[in-house]
Amino acid sequence: MQAAVIVFPGSNCDRDVAVSLAHIMGRPPLMVWHRDAQLPKVDLVVVPGGFSYGDYLRSGAMAAHSPILRSVKEAAAKGTRVLGICNGFQILTEAGLLPGALMRNRGLKFVCKDVHLSVLRADTDFTRRYRKHQVIRIPIAHADGNFFADDDTLERIEDNGQVAFRYVDEAGNLDDRANPNGSARAIAGLYNETATVLGLMPHPERLADPALGGTDGVPMFESLLEALS
Amino acid sequence: MKAKVHVTLKNGVLDPQGKAVGHALESLGFQGVGDVRVGKYIEIELAETDPAKAKAAVTDMGKQLLANTVIENFTVEIV
Amino acid sequence: MSEAITPEIVKSHGLSEAEYARVIEIMGRQPNRTELGIFSVMWSEHCSYKSSKKWLKTLPTTAPWVICGPGENAGVIDIGQGLACIFKMESHNHPSFIEPYQGAATGVGGILRDVFTMGARPIANLNALRFGAPDHPKTRHLVAGVVAGIGGYGNCVGVPTVGGECNFHPAYNGNILVNAMTVGLAPADRIFYSAAAGVGNPVVYVGSKTGRDGIHGATMASAEFSADAEEKRPTVQVGDPFTEKLLIEACLELMATDAIVAIQDMGAAGLTSSSFEMASKGGLGIEMDLDRVPMRETGMTAYEIMLSESQERMLMVLKPGREDVARAVFEKWELDFAIVGHLTASGRMVLKRHGQVVADLPIDPLAKASPEYDRPWVMPKKAQPLDPLEVPALPALKALRTLLATPDLCSKRWIWEQYDHMVMGDTVARPGGDAAVVRLHGSNRALALTCDVTPRYCQADPYEGGKQAVAEAWRNLSAVGAKPMAVTDNLNFGNPEKPEIMGQIVEAIRGMGEACKALDFPVVSGNVSLYNETNGKAILPTPAIGAVGLLEDLERRAGIAFESAGLSILLVGETKGWLGASLYLREVVGREEGAPPPVDLALEKKNGEFVRKMIAANRIAACHDVADGGLLVAVAEMAMAGGIGATLLPSREVLLHAWAFGEDQGRYLIAASKANARAILTEADRANVKVETIGETGGDVLALSGGQAVSLIDLVAIHESWLPNFMAAPDRNA
Repeated sequence: MQAAVIVFPGSNCDRDVAVSLAHIMGRPPLMVWHRDAQLPKVDLVVVPGGFSYGDYLRSGAMAAHSPILRSVKEAAAKGTRVLGICNGFQILTEAGLLPGALMRNRGLKFVCKDVHLSVLRADTDFTRRYRKHQVIRIPIAHADGNFFADDDTLERIEDNGQVAFRYVDEAGNLDDRANPNGSARAIAGLYNETATVLGLMPHPERLADPALGGTDGVPMFESLLEALS
Repeated sequence: MKAKVHVTLKNGVLDPQGKAVGHALESLGFQGVGDVRVGKYIEIELAETDPAKAKAAVTDMGKQLLANTVIENFTVEIV
Repeated sequence: MSEAITPEIVKSHGLSEAEYARVIEIMGRQPNRTELGIFSVMWSEHCSYKSSKKWLKTLPTTAPWVICGPGENAGVIDIGQGLACIFKMESHNHPSFIEPYQGAATGVGGILRDVFTMGARPIANLNALRFGAPDHPKTRHLVAGVVAGIGGYGNCVGVPTVGGECNFHPAYNGNILVNAMTVGLAPADRIFYSAAAGVGNPVVYVGSKTGRDGIHGATMASAEFSADAEEKRPTVQVGDPFTEKLLIEACLELMATDAIVAIQDMGAAGLTSSSFEMASKGGLGIEMDLDRVPMRETGMTAYEIMLSESQERMLMVLKPGREDVARAVFEKWELDFAIVGHLTASGRMVLKRHGQVVADLPIDPLAKASPEYDRPWVMPKKAQPLDPLEVPALPALKALRTLLATPDLCSKRWIWEQYDHMVMGDTVARPGGDAAVVRLHGSNRALALTCDVTPRYCQADPYEGGKQAVAEAWRNLSAVGAKPMAVTDNLNFGNPEKPEIMGQIVEAIRGMGEACKALDFPVVSGNVSLYNETNGKAILPTPAIGAVGLLEDLERRAGIAFESAGLSILLVGETKGWLGASLYLREVVGREEGAPPPVDLALEKKNGEFVRKMIAANRIAACHDVADGGLLVAVAEMAMAGGIGATLLPSREVLLHAWAFGEDQGRYLIAASKANARAILTEADRANVKVETIGETGGDVLALSGGQAVSLIDLVAIHESWLPNFMAAPDRNA
């Protein structure tokens, strides 16, 4: 399987995710520069974390209108798997590939820390190596991760099984104190209707190496490898 | 000519910044402060000389980029 | 152009009468305003180090592993395997007091540029912060702004902020300290310097456009604050971390080619100091056409262009014929690129604007004749040692609870969670330990990083305080198992024109120098921030030390957490129960007095090397240096970090409160399995190092044998809540 990582000028987790992909999938991803209009043929596109074009207007807003994103949208429409992490998630919602929007954190501050997530589905290409309702520990690092959607949209995405991860406490219980940014229904990650596009605020690539203190991010990359090989 | 664009959060969307500003005003002793909403103000210089065309163009900019219509409204004023 | 330069204009440029007389002598005529402006920033304390130079020269700056010591943008050391580590710490105190968010943010931007200018990719940031008393009406606002500004900049640029320290004291009420440090990595054979070379070579400006921001920031940083400082707001620059990120990538990309002869960032005093320094170091002249400088605003004068402190800009000299290669790189990253002039053999700086020569000054006389003062100083009055018997003994665990909830000892999680401390994927030890550990990408080696100083010690005795700052940084690195390599210093003091302040500077530098020599820990870069006074009241003397150590094997390092029960707790070093200038005395008893604990540098070295050897031998499960707050605080920190309690056996020779809270130097706490503890004790005997067993890990309380206990959950709650509660309290005066 071949993955590609989109590199915007302000991306700063592009290398981190490329390291995880290369390490776990045994093959380095293609690094695709934001001005390239055409995406190479790949099985997985990763939109990494960072500050794409500075994020001065709204996180991800400008990147969502870049030429490369048009190409990513076309690929997604044909079923290519797309993973948006942090700023990548913001870009995918701004681009309309995922519903809702990511607003300023409830506490108004940037937050970098480990959080616990409940894996809501273990039957997708992104999560098949996790167990359903498994609690995993993954770091977040963002100022705009407060997921918002109107009530109808929330009902719809719940009914469609589009919620990928929720913020929970260590024991797996929903608890407002475990919701680091005020996200609606503690949503930390979200699929599109076909579960071929995933966006999430936490960074699975940041805990995918025992030397860094955890490996709960590894199964996501293993899942993709297994599904797409 | 110049376009003035105001971007505000839609009613019903929680505005944590507005809430914080409201709290701060109260703690400074300002009486009778109601709901506070924080938005963005954007000025755009335009080569266009026809106000109607300018407004249409900026409205398009608003929908495509300046505002995220999932959470935000915007108004355009041409001067 | 022929405007008369009045004494008022000279004074407003911060030049003394004697200095202005030198200006006329060097110029051979009256300068015009642009030229005067250039002199004033070049001779400001900030750029010229005129008060401190004489004393800075006494610091040890060499070692076989030092590639480049002070004098360049940052210090460079060889860390083996073809790699160099480039680092420096710098202050942004005054701007941060006036506008905390932008002041702190641009401080981070500036220090990053100092490091990547030399060819290094920045891999970590740290910061040392001092704020006023928590109950001062401005403190909360300043903490919130500074922390958000540091985070806002570093997080966007994508360099992890991995460590630092933060204190509160009323002496900083009108003068906070924001000292930022950046550490970068470069191939050891590809370091870039600032000395220009090659007459005729193009001088190129890259980065952001120039605006009117920050004009006279360098002279502001060199003058005492008065109450009208807030009026000076327009001189604060605004940072653009996105552009900085582009600038890092573009510079590193161009540095991989052979196009660059010399490069220098435009920091304080912008285009003036960067062009002067490059030409002066190369012994050349420079001619620039200011019309070609990319400008953000219209109608800028030569004076404004030369003195602007707009951020995210660099100046470089290229090899002839490489302009197009360079232009292509900067255009790829959508940054401004302009050939603004060329090098000449004249030894003069000639500036043109609108086709006219607007300034023509000699470079060497101006740069080299910058004033150097031997300012009068008096030996600081040193505090007398305090007998522990004169210090009231309060119940130990009650005092511990008090101490853990004080502003200086409480958890700083509220701060470091606002910093992305994990980006780049190499942060092995996150904030909260003795030193941050950042892996060298793709290897099993790592750097250990810390910054330290204890201002209350420096106030009580600048010489011992200076020694202690270096020793504690060295100890922090040793406690994670790293070999301490080198130091950057950030000397923050009051007005050097006062002999008693000058005395603090002289004595602190003497102490630092002695410690650096004894510990083989050279100073490779640094920054001086003087005039930290408001309405005549000086800050505590604060010579902040940033330090770098090397870990050869990530598997052989130590963290502070008690990770299992049944471990022996060993104490390395001598405990006499020194309570003078301690936090117990200040925070529990309410007295600020007494001499600080003396540092025995020979013992310091022996103990540290022993600890490092034990870590390398994998005999140690956890290690923590004993510092602020003393032994009991250190044990509590280890217990809280691991969620495992401990029972301690207090000394019979030392009074309990002095044993628990004395701040004797050169000490470490170690947790080790019973078998390893026995081996350590045997080795210690052989090495003549004092090590004693003081307790054992286990349970969910911290207990003193034969009596008091306090639950760990309780301690964690106390320790974690002070700062968030303080910051959440309503603002009285934002």
